[in-house]
Amino acid sequence: MLFEQIAANKRKTVFIVLGFFIFVMLVGCAIGILVYNNYLNGLIMAAVIGAIYIAIMIFSSSKVVMTMNRAKEVTSKDQEPVLWDTVESMAMVAGIPMPKVYIVEDPSPNAFATGISPEKGAVAVTRGLLNKLERYELEGVIAHEIAHIRNYDIRLSTIAIALVAVVAILSDLAMRMLFWGSITGGNNNRKSNDNNGGGGAQAIIYIVALIFVILAPIIATAIQFALSRNREYLADATAIELTRNPVGLADALRKIGGDTTKMKQPSAASESIYFTTPSKGEKKTKEKAGWFDSHPPITSRIERLEHM
Amino acid sequence: MIGWIIAIAVVVILVLIYFGLYNSLVKYRNRVEETWAQIDVQLKRRFDLIPNLIETVKGYASHEKETLAKVVEARSMMTQAPADGRSEQMEADNMLTGALKSVFALAESYPDLKANTSFIELQHELATTENKVAYSRQLYNTTVMTYNTKIESVPSNIVAKMGGFTKRDMLATPEEEKVVPKVQF
Repeated sequence: MLFEQIAANKRKTVFIVLGFFIFVMLVGCAIGILVYNNYLNGLIMAAVIGAIYIAIMIFSSSKVVMTMNRAKEVTSKDQEPVLWDTVESMAMVAGIPMPKVYIVEDPSPNAFATGISPEKGAVAVTRGLLNKLERYELEGVIAHEIAHIRNYDIRLSTIAIALVAVVAILSDLAMRMLFWGSITGGNNNRKSNDNNGGGGAQAIIYIVALIFVILAPIIATAIQFALSRNREYLADATAIELTRNPVGLADALRKIGGDTTKMKQPSAASESIYFTTPSKGEKKTKEKAGWFDSHPPITSRIERLEHM
Repeated sequence: MIGWIIAIAVVVILVLIYFGLYNSLVKYRNRVEETWAQIDVQLKRRFDLIPNLIETVKGYASHEKETLAKVVEARSMMTQAPADGRSEQMEADNMLTGALKSVFALAESYPDLKANTSFIELQHELATTENKVAYSRQLYNTTVMTYNTKIESVPSNIVAKMGGFTKRDMLATPEEEKVVPKVQF
Protein backbone atom coordinates (compact mmCIF):
# COMPACT_ATOMS: atom_id res chain seq x y z
CA MET A 1 0.00 0.00 0.00
CA LEU A 2 2.66 2.44 1.16
CA PHE A 3 5.28 1.51 -1.42
CA GLU A 4 2.86 0.87 -4.29
CA GLN A 5 1.49 4.37 -3.90
CA ILE A 6 4.96 5.82 -4.30
CA ALA A 7 5.51 3.78 -7.45
CA ALA A 8 2.13 4.90 -8.84
CA ASN A 9 2.98 8.52 -8.10
CA LYS A 10 6.31 8.23 -9.83
CA ARG A 11 4.57 6.83 -12.91
CA LYS A 12 1.95 9.57 -12.86
CA THR A 13 4.70 12.13 -12.53
CA VAL A 14 6.34 10.83 -15.68
CA PHE A 15 3.07 11.17 -17.65
CA ILE A 16 2.26 14.63 -16.34
CA VAL A 17 5.73 15.92 -16.98
CA LEU A 18 5.64 14.39 -20.45
CA GLY A 19 2.34 16.14 -21.20
CA PHE A 20 3.66 19.41 -19.89
CA PHE A 21 6.82 18.95 -21.92
CA ILE A 22 4.81 18.44 -25.11
CA PHE A 23 2.95 21.65 -24.27
CA VAL A 24 6.25 23.52 -23.99
CA MET A 25 7.37 22.07 -27.31
CA LEU A 26 4.09 23.22 -28.92
CA VAL A 27 4.76 26.72 -27.63
CA GLY A 28 8.20 26.44 -29.21
CA CYS A 29 6.65 25.45 -32.54
CA ALA A 30 4.20 28.35 -32.41
CA ILE A 31 7.04 30.78 -31.74
CA GLY A 32 9.02 29.25 -34.58
CA ILE A 33 6.09 29.85 -36.95
CA LEU A 34 5.66 33.43 -35.76
CA VAL A 35 9.28 34.56 -35.67
CA TYR A 36 11.20 32.38 -38.10
CA ASN A 37 8.36 31.05 -40.23
CA ASN A 38 9.86 27.65 -39.43
CA TYR A 39 8.51 25.58 -36.55
CA LEU A 40 11.73 23.57 -36.14
CA ASN A 41 13.81 26.59 -35.05
CA GLY A 42 11.34 27.39 -32.28
CA LEU A 43 11.16 23.76 -31.22
CA ILE A 44 14.92 23.53 -30.85
CA MET A 45 15.04 26.83 -28.97
CA ALA A 46 12.33 25.63 -26.54
CA ALA A 47 14.07 22.30 -25.99
CA VAL A 48 17.44 23.90 -25.25
CA ILE A 49 16.10 26.58 -22.90
CA GLY A 50 13.83 24.03 -21.19
CA ALA A 51 16.61 21.50 -20.64
CA ILE A 52 19.00 24.11 -19.22
CA TYR A 53 16.36 25.60 -16.92
CA ILE A 54 15.18 22.25 -15.51
CA ALA A 55 18.77 21.15 -14.94
CA ILE A 56 19.46 24.34 -12.98
CA MET A 57 16.30 23.93 -10.92
CA ILE A 58 17.04 20.30 -10.07
CA PHE A 59 20.68 20.77 -9.18
CA SER A 60 20.18 23.91 -7.14
CA SER A 61 19.84 22.39 -3.70
CA SER A 62 17.07 22.85 -1.18
CA LYS A 63 19.47 25.26 0.54
CA VAL A 64 18.52 27.89 -2.04
CA VAL A 65 14.83 27.58 -1.15
CA MET A 66 15.66 27.74 2.53
CA THR A 67 17.79 30.87 2.14
CA MET A 68 15.05 32.44 0.01
CA ASN A 69 12.61 31.94 2.88
CA ARG A 70 15.11 32.95 5.58
CA ALA A 71 14.94 29.56 7.27
CA LYS A 72 17.49 28.58 9.90
CA GLU A 73 18.56 24.99 10.26
CA VAL A 74 17.94 23.15 13.51
CA THR A 75 21.03 21.00 13.89
CA SER A 76 20.41 19.18 17.14
CA LYS A 77 17.51 17.77 19.06
CA ASP A 78 18.12 20.03 22.08
CA GLN A 79 17.35 23.22 20.15
CA GLU A 80 13.74 22.28 19.35
CA PRO A 81 12.96 18.93 21.02
CA VAL A 82 9.23 18.82 20.20
CA LEU A 83 9.70 19.71 16.53
CA TRP A 84 12.67 17.38 16.17
CA ASP A 85 10.87 14.41 17.72
CA THR A 86 7.78 14.97 15.61
CA VAL A 87 9.76 15.12 12.38
CA GLU A 88 11.76 12.04 13.42
CA SER A 89 8.64 10.00 14.20
CA MET A 90 6.85 11.01 11.02
CA ALA A 91 9.88 10.26 8.85
CA MET A 92 10.16 6.89 10.54
CA VAL A 93 6.56 5.86 9.94
CA ALA A 94 6.79 7.11 6.35
CA GLY A 95 9.89 4.99 5.83
CA ILE A 96 12.13 7.83 4.62
CA PRO A 97 15.43 9.09 6.07
CA MET A 98 15.13 11.88 8.63
CA PRO A 99 14.91 15.15 6.67
CA LYS A 100 16.75 18.30 7.71
CA VAL A 101 14.75 20.56 10.00
CA TYR A 102 14.44 24.33 9.57
CA ILE A 103 12.67 27.14 11.40
CA VAL A 104 11.41 30.37 9.86
CA GLU A 105 11.11 33.16 12.41
CA ASP A 106 7.66 34.36 11.41
CA PRO A 107 4.55 34.75 13.57
CA SER A 108 2.20 33.39 10.88
CA PRO A 109 1.58 29.64 11.22
CA ASN A 110 2.85 27.80 8.14
CA ALA A 111 5.21 25.07 6.97
CA PHE A 112 6.83 23.71 3.81
CA ALA A 113 9.07 20.95 2.54
CA THR A 114 11.73 20.81 -0.17
CA GLY A 115 14.23 18.37 -1.63
CA ILE A 116 13.96 16.56 -4.94
CA SER A 117 14.38 13.15 -3.34
CA PRO A 118 13.65 11.77 0.14
CA GLU A 119 17.41 11.59 0.79
CA LYS A 120 17.70 15.33 0.27
CA GLY A 121 14.47 16.24 2.01
CA ALA A 122 14.07 19.21 4.33
CA VAL A 123 11.11 20.42 6.38
CA ALA A 124 10.65 23.99 7.56
CA VAL A 125 8.05 25.34 9.97
CA THR A 126 7.40 28.89 11.14
CA ARG A 127 7.77 29.94 14.75
CA GLY A 128 4.07 30.83 14.68
CA LEU A 129 3.16 27.24 13.85
CA LEU A 130 5.19 25.90 16.78
CA ASN A 131 3.66 28.40 19.19
CA LYS A 132 0.06 28.18 18.08
CA LEU A 133 -0.50 24.46 17.49
CA GLU A 134 -0.97 21.66 19.97
CA ARG A 135 1.33 18.70 19.62
CA TYR A 136 -1.18 16.43 17.83
CA GLU A 137 -1.97 19.24 15.39
CA LEU A 138 1.72 19.85 14.71
CA GLU A 139 2.05 16.14 14.05
CA GLY A 140 -0.66 16.39 11.38
CA VAL A 141 1.07 19.30 9.63
CA ILE A 142 4.50 17.62 9.75
CA ALA A 143 2.94 14.40 8.43
CA HIS A 144 1.53 16.40 5.50
CA GLU A 145 4.98 17.83 4.69
CA ILE A 146 6.67 14.44 5.08
CA ALA A 147 4.00 13.08 2.73
CA HIS A 148 5.08 15.63 0.11
CA ILE A 149 8.66 14.39 0.41
CA ARG A 150 7.74 10.71 0.35
CA ASN A 151 5.34 11.07 -2.57
CA TYR A 152 8.01 12.79 -4.68
CA ASP A 153 5.71 15.82 -4.95
CA ILE A 154 8.61 18.20 -4.66
CA ARG A 155 10.43 16.87 -7.70
CA LEU A 156 7.20 17.17 -9.67
CA SER A 157 6.45 20.72 -8.54
CA THR A 158 10.06 21.77 -9.14
CA ILE A 159 9.83 20.58 -12.73
CA ALA A 160 6.39 22.18 -13.13
CA ILE A 161 7.63 25.53 -11.85
CA ALA A 162 10.64 25.31 -14.19
CA LEU A 163 8.42 24.55 -17.19
CA VAL A 164 6.11 27.46 -16.38
CA ALA A 165 9.15 29.72 -16.22
CA VAL A 166 10.37 28.39 -19.57
CA VAL A 167 7.00 29.07 -21.21
CA ALA A 168 7.01 32.59 -19.76
CA ILE A 169 10.55 33.26 -21.01
CA LEU A 170 9.78 31.87 -24.46
CA SER A 171 6.58 33.80 -25.06
CA ASP A 172 8.09 36.99 -23.68
CA LEU A 173 11.01 36.53 -26.06
CA ALA A 174 8.64 35.90 -28.98
CA MET A 175 6.54 38.98 -28.24
CA ARG A 176 9.65 41.17 -28.08
CA MET A 177 10.99 39.77 -31.35
CA LEU A 178 7.64 40.32 -33.08
CA PHE A 179 7.36 43.85 -31.65
CA TRP A 180 10.80 44.93 -32.85
CA GLY A 181 10.25 43.16 -36.12
CA SER A 182 7.09 45.14 -36.86
CA ILE A 183 8.73 48.45 -35.89
CA THR A 184 11.81 48.04 -38.05
CA GLY A 185 9.66 46.60 -40.78
CA GLY A 186 12.29 44.01 -41.56
CA ASN A 187 10.21 41.05 -40.50
CA ASN A 188 11.47 38.00 -42.30
CA ASN A 189 8.37 35.89 -42.16
CA ARG A 190 6.13 38.65 -43.45
CA LYS A 191 8.38 39.02 -46.43
CA SER A 192 8.42 35.35 -47.15
CA ASN A 193 4.66 35.28 -46.69
CA ASP A 194 4.36 37.92 -49.38
CA ASN A 195 6.75 36.08 -51.62
CA ASN A 196 4.72 32.92 -51.26
CA GLY A 197 1.61 34.81 -52.17
CA GLY A 198 0.39 34.71 -48.51
CA GLY A 199 -2.14 31.91 -48.62
CA GLY A 200 -5.22 32.13 -46.37
CA ALA A 201 -4.31 28.91 -44.57
CA GLN A 202 -0.95 30.30 -43.62
CA ALA A 203 -2.53 33.43 -42.20
CA ILE A 204 -4.83 31.30 -40.04
CA ILE A 205 -1.89 29.28 -38.75
CA TYR A 206 -0.10 32.54 -38.00
CA ILE A 207 -3.04 33.93 -36.01
CA VAL A 208 -3.60 30.68 -34.11
CA ALA A 209 0.10 30.56 -33.25
CA LEU A 210 -0.03 34.18 -32.07
CA ILE A 211 -3.04 33.55 -29.80
CA PHE A 212 -1.40 30.39 -28.48
CA VAL A 213 1.82 32.21 -27.59
CA ILE A 214 -0.12 34.97 -25.83
CA LEU A 215 -2.22 32.51 -23.84
CA ALA A 216 0.57 29.99 -23.16
CA PRO A 217 1.93 31.50 -19.92
CA ILE A 218 -1.59 31.66 -18.47
CA ILE A 219 -2.38 28.06 -19.46
CA ALA A 220 0.97 26.86 -18.10
CA THR A 221 0.38 28.57 -14.75
CA ALA A 222 -3.11 27.09 -14.55
CA ILE A 223 -1.71 23.59 -15.20
CA GLN A 224 0.94 24.09 -12.53
CA PHE A 225 -1.60 25.20 -9.92
CA ALA A 226 -4.07 22.42 -10.81
CA LEU A 227 -1.23 19.96 -10.28
CA SER A 228 -0.32 21.60 -6.99
CA ARG A 229 -3.95 21.53 -5.71
CA ASN A 230 -4.28 17.82 -6.47
CA ARG A 231 -1.05 17.10 -4.66
CA GLU A 232 -2.36 18.89 -1.57
CA TYR A 233 -5.33 16.54 -1.29
CA LEU A 234 -3.05 13.56 -1.80
CA ALA A 235 -0.62 14.78 0.86
CA ASP A 236 -3.52 15.27 3.30
CA ALA A 237 -4.63 11.70 2.65
CA THR A 238 -1.11 10.35 3.08
CA ALA A 239 -0.70 12.34 6.30
CA ILE A 240 -3.71 10.53 7.74
CA GLU A 241 -2.26 7.22 6.63
CA LEU A 242 0.86 8.11 8.63
CA THR A 243 -0.70 9.50 11.81
CA ARG A 244 -3.94 7.48 11.78
CA ASN A 245 -5.53 10.57 13.27
CA PRO A 246 -7.55 12.81 10.91
CA VAL A 247 -8.55 15.07 13.81
CA GLY A 248 -5.01 16.42 14.22
CA LEU A 249 -4.67 17.71 10.67
CA ALA A 250 -8.28 18.93 10.52
CA ASP A 251 -7.88 20.89 13.77
CA ALA A 252 -4.59 22.32 12.54
CA LEU A 253 -6.22 23.44 9.28
CA ARG A 254 -9.10 25.02 11.18
CA LYS A 255 -6.71 26.88 13.45
CA ILE A 256 -4.49 28.03 10.60
CA GLY A 257 -7.53 28.96 8.48
CA GLY A 258 -8.86 31.13 11.29
CA ASP A 259 -5.49 32.79 11.78
CA THR A 260 -5.21 36.15 10.07
CA THR A 261 -1.52 36.78 10.71
CA LYS A 262 0.11 37.28 7.33
CA MET A 263 3.62 36.16 6.62
CA LYS A 264 6.02 39.06 6.87
CA GLN A 265 7.79 38.52 3.56
CA PRO A 266 6.61 35.40 1.82
CA SER A 267 8.78 34.58 -1.15
CA ALA A 268 6.35 34.62 -4.07
CA ALA A 269 8.23 31.97 -6.04
CA SER A 270 7.78 29.41 -3.29
CA GLU A 271 4.10 30.07 -2.56
CA SER A 272 2.94 26.70 -3.85
CA ILE A 273 5.23 24.72 -1.56
CA TYR A 274 3.77 26.12 1.65
CA PHE A 275 1.24 24.26 3.81
CA THR A 276 -1.39 26.93 3.15
CA THR A 277 -1.21 29.91 0.78
CA PRO A 278 0.99 32.37 2.67
CA SER A 279 0.24 35.66 0.90
CA LYS A 280 -3.54 35.74 0.76
CA GLY A 281 -4.44 35.90 4.41
CA GLU A 282 -8.00 37.04 3.83
CA LYS A 283 -8.79 34.53 1.10
CA LYS A 284 -7.84 31.48 3.12
CA THR A 285 -11.34 30.40 4.03
CA LYS A 286 -13.17 30.86 0.74
CA GLU A 287 -15.35 28.07 -0.58
CA LYS A 288 -14.19 27.29 -4.10
CA ALA A 289 -10.75 26.92 -5.61
CA GLY A 290 -9.90 29.40 -8.36
CA TRP A 291 -7.83 28.48 -11.39
CA PHE A 292 -4.85 30.33 -10.02
CA ASP A 293 -4.85 29.05 -6.46
CA SER A 294 -1.89 26.93 -5.48
CA HIS A 295 -3.90 25.27 -2.71
CA PRO A 296 -7.46 23.98 -2.46
CA PRO A 297 -9.66 25.97 -0.06
CA ILE A 298 -9.18 25.01 3.57
CA THR A 299 -12.88 24.28 4.05
CA SER A 300 -12.88 21.59 1.38
CA ARG A 301 -9.64 20.12 2.73
CA ILE A 302 -11.26 19.83 6.18
CA GLU A 303 -14.38 18.38 4.63
CA ARG A 304 -12.42 15.64 2.90
CA LEU A 305 -10.55 14.86 6.11
CA GLU A 306 -13.82 14.51 7.98
CA HIS A 307 -15.00 11.90 5.50
CA MET A 308 -11.93 9.73 5.94
CA MET B 1 13.04 -24.31 -36.82
CA ILE B 2 10.54 -21.51 -36.13
CA GLY B 3 8.78 -23.77 -33.62
CA TRP B 4 12.04 -24.15 -31.70
CA ILE B 5 12.67 -20.42 -31.64
CA ILE B 6 9.18 -19.79 -30.28
CA ALA B 7 9.58 -22.50 -27.64
CA ILE B 8 12.93 -21.09 -26.48
CA ALA B 9 11.51 -17.55 -26.42
CA VAL B 10 8.56 -18.67 -24.28
CA VAL B 11 10.88 -20.45 -21.84
CA VAL B 12 13.19 -17.42 -21.59
CA ILE B 13 10.23 -15.10 -20.97
CA LEU B 14 8.81 -17.40 -18.28
CA VAL B 15 12.19 -17.62 -16.54
CA LEU B 16 12.56 -13.83 -16.61
CA ILE B 17 9.06 -13.38 -15.14
CA TYR B 18 9.93 -15.90 -12.42
CA PHE B 19 13.12 -14.03 -11.56
CA GLY B 20 11.29 -10.72 -11.44
CA LEU B 21 8.57 -12.01 -9.13
CA TYR B 22 11.07 -13.81 -6.92
CA ASN B 23 13.19 -10.69 -6.55
CA SER B 24 10.20 -8.53 -5.68
CA LEU B 25 9.18 -11.06 -3.00
CA VAL B 26 12.69 -10.90 -1.56
CA LYS B 27 12.48 -7.11 -1.59
CA TYR B 28 9.18 -7.11 0.34
CA ARG B 29 10.46 -9.69 2.82
CA ASN B 30 13.54 -7.56 3.48
CA ARG B 31 11.32 -4.55 4.07
CA VAL B 32 9.41 -6.50 6.70
CA GLU B 33 12.71 -7.36 8.42
CA GLU B 34 13.95 -3.79 8.15
CA THR B 35 10.82 -2.35 9.72
CA TRP B 36 11.06 -4.88 12.53
CA ALA B 37 14.63 -3.74 13.14
CA GLN B 38 13.23 -0.22 13.57
CA ILE B 39 10.91 -1.35 16.36
CA ASP B 40 13.84 -3.16 17.93
CA VAL B 41 15.94 0.00 17.99
CA GLN B 42 13.19 1.89 19.80
CA LEU B 43 12.56 -0.94 22.26
CA LYS B 44 16.28 -1.04 23.07
CA ARG B 45 16.30 2.72 23.64
CA ARG B 46 13.41 2.46 26.01
CA PHE B 47 15.03 -0.46 27.78
CA ASP B 48 18.21 1.60 28.34
CA LEU B 49 16.32 4.59 29.74
CA ILE B 50 14.54 2.62 32.47
CA PRO B 51 17.44 2.26 35.00
CA ASN B 52 17.96 6.05 35.00
CA LEU B 53 14.27 6.56 35.64
CA ILE B 54 14.27 4.08 38.52
CA GLU B 55 17.30 5.80 40.08
CA THR B 56 15.72 9.24 39.81
CA VAL B 57 12.36 8.17 41.19
CA LYS B 58 13.98 6.20 44.03
CA GLY B 59 15.61 9.34 45.36
CA TYR B 60 12.23 10.99 45.90
CA ALA B 61 9.80 8.16 46.47
CA SER B 62 11.80 5.25 47.83
CA HIS B 63 8.85 3.70 49.63
CA GLU B 64 6.81 3.28 46.42
CA LYS B 65 8.57 -0.04 45.96
CA GLU B 66 5.65 -1.84 44.43
CA THR B 67 5.26 0.53 41.50
CA LEU B 68 8.98 0.51 40.78
CA ALA B 69 9.17 -3.25 41.06
CA LYS B 70 6.53 -3.55 38.34
CA VAL B 71 8.68 -1.55 35.96
CA VAL B 72 11.76 -3.63 36.75
CA GLU B 73 9.75 -6.79 36.24
CA ALA B 74 8.37 -5.64 32.91
CA ARG B 75 11.88 -4.68 31.82
CA SER B 76 13.31 -8.08 32.68
CA MET B 77 10.44 -9.75 30.86
CA MET B 78 11.72 -8.11 27.69
CA THR B 79 15.10 -9.81 28.07
CA GLN B 80 13.42 -13.16 28.61
CA ALA B 81 11.27 -12.93 25.51
CA PRO B 82 12.81 -15.06 22.73
CA ALA B 83 14.59 -13.04 20.07
CA ASP B 84 12.29 -14.32 17.32
CA GLY B 85 9.15 -14.22 19.47
CA ARG B 86 7.81 -10.98 18.15
CA SER B 87 4.42 -11.13 19.81
CA GLU B 88 6.05 -12.04 23.16
CA GLN B 89 8.32 -9.04 22.88
CA MET B 90 5.41 -6.78 22.11
CA GLU B 91 3.48 -8.18 25.05
CA ALA B 92 6.36 -7.37 27.38
CA ASP B 93 6.52 -3.92 25.83
CA ASN B 94 2.82 -3.35 26.48
CA MET B 95 3.33 -4.35 30.10
CA LEU B 96 6.18 -1.86 30.36
CA THR B 97 3.95 0.88 28.96
CA GLY B 98 1.40 0.19 31.68
CA ALA B 99 4.03 0.12 34.44
CA LEU B 100 5.58 3.39 33.26
CA LYS B 101 2.18 5.06 33.29
CA SER B 102 1.83 4.31 37.00
CA VAL B 103 5.31 5.73 37.68
CA PHE B 104 4.42 8.97 35.93
CA ALA B 105 1.11 9.09 37.77
CA LEU B 106 3.08 8.67 40.99
CA ALA B 107 4.95 11.91 40.33
CA GLU B 108 1.69 13.81 40.81
CA SER B 109 1.90 13.23 44.56
CA TYR B 110 5.60 14.17 44.77
CA PRO B 111 6.02 17.81 43.72
CA ASP B 112 9.81 17.65 44.16
CA LEU B 113 10.06 14.70 41.80
CA LYS B 114 7.71 16.32 39.32
CA ALA B 115 9.93 19.41 39.23
CA ASN B 116 13.21 17.48 38.96
CA THR B 117 14.82 18.35 35.61
CA SER B 118 16.25 14.94 34.90
CA PHE B 119 12.87 13.40 35.70
CA ILE B 120 11.16 15.78 33.27
CA GLU B 121 13.74 14.96 30.62
CA LEU B 122 13.36 11.24 31.16
CA GLN B 123 9.60 11.52 31.03
CA HIS B 124 9.83 13.39 27.73
CA GLU B 125 12.34 10.89 26.32
CA LEU B 126 10.26 7.91 27.32
CA ALA B 127 7.08 9.46 25.96
CA THR B 128 8.68 10.16 22.56
CA THR B 129 10.22 6.71 22.45
CA GLU B 130 6.84 5.18 23.20
CA ASN B 131 5.40 7.26 20.38
CA LYS B 132 8.08 5.95 18.06
CA VAL B 133 7.43 2.38 19.13
CA ALA B 134 3.78 2.92 18.22
CA TYR B 135 4.67 4.42 14.83
CA SER B 136 7.22 1.75 13.99
CA ARG B 137 4.66 -0.92 14.89
CA GLN B 138 2.22 0.72 12.52
CA LEU B 139 4.83 0.77 9.75
CA TYR B 140 5.67 -2.87 10.44
CA ASN B 141 2.03 -3.87 10.10
CA THR B 142 1.66 -1.97 6.84
CA THR B 143 4.76 -3.65 5.44
CA VAL B 144 3.61 -7.09 6.57
CA MET B 145 0.26 -6.47 4.91
CA THR B 146 1.91 -5.61 1.60
CA TYR B 147 4.12 -8.69 1.82
CA ASN B 148 1.23 -11.01 2.71
CA THR B 149 -0.90 -9.61 -0.10
CA LYS B 150 1.94 -10.27 -2.51
CA ILE B 151 2.26 -13.87 -1.28
CA GLU B 152 -1.45 -14.52 -1.69
CA SER B 153 -2.13 -12.86 -5.02
CA VAL B 154 -1.71 -14.28 -8.52
CA PRO B 155 0.88 -14.79 -10.02
CA SER B 156 3.35 -14.12 -7.24
CA ASN B 157 1.66 -16.75 -5.04
CA ILE B 158 3.03 -19.49 -7.33
CA VAL B 159 6.57 -18.13 -6.96
CA ALA B 160 6.05 -17.69 -3.23
CA LYS B 161 5.08 -21.34 -2.86
CA MET B 162 8.05 -22.54 -4.93
CA GLY B 163 10.51 -20.22 -3.16
CA GLY B 164 9.22 -21.02 0.33
CA PHE B 165 8.00 -17.53 1.24
CA THR B 166 5.68 -17.69 4.22
CA LYS B 167 3.16 -15.20 5.59
CA ARG B 168 4.09 -13.06 8.58
CA ASP B 169 1.87 -12.14 11.49
CA MET B 170 0.84 -8.59 12.14
CA LEU B 171 1.32 -7.17 15.60
CA ALA B 172 -1.92 -7.03 17.54
CA THR B 173 -3.06 -3.87 19.27
CA PRO B 174 -3.24 -4.43 23.06
CA GLU B 175 -6.81 -4.91 24.19
CA GLU B 176 -6.96 -2.05 26.69
CA GLU B 177 -5.91 0.48 24.05
CA LYS B 178 -8.92 -0.39 21.94
CA VAL B 179 -11.32 0.55 24.72
CA VAL B 180 -12.28 4.21 24.80
CA PRO B 181 -11.03 5.53 28.15
CA LYS B 182 -13.72 6.53 30.59
CA VAL B 183 -13.33 10.02 31.99
CA GLN B 184 -14.79 10.61 35.42
CA PHE B 185 -15.05 13.84 37.34
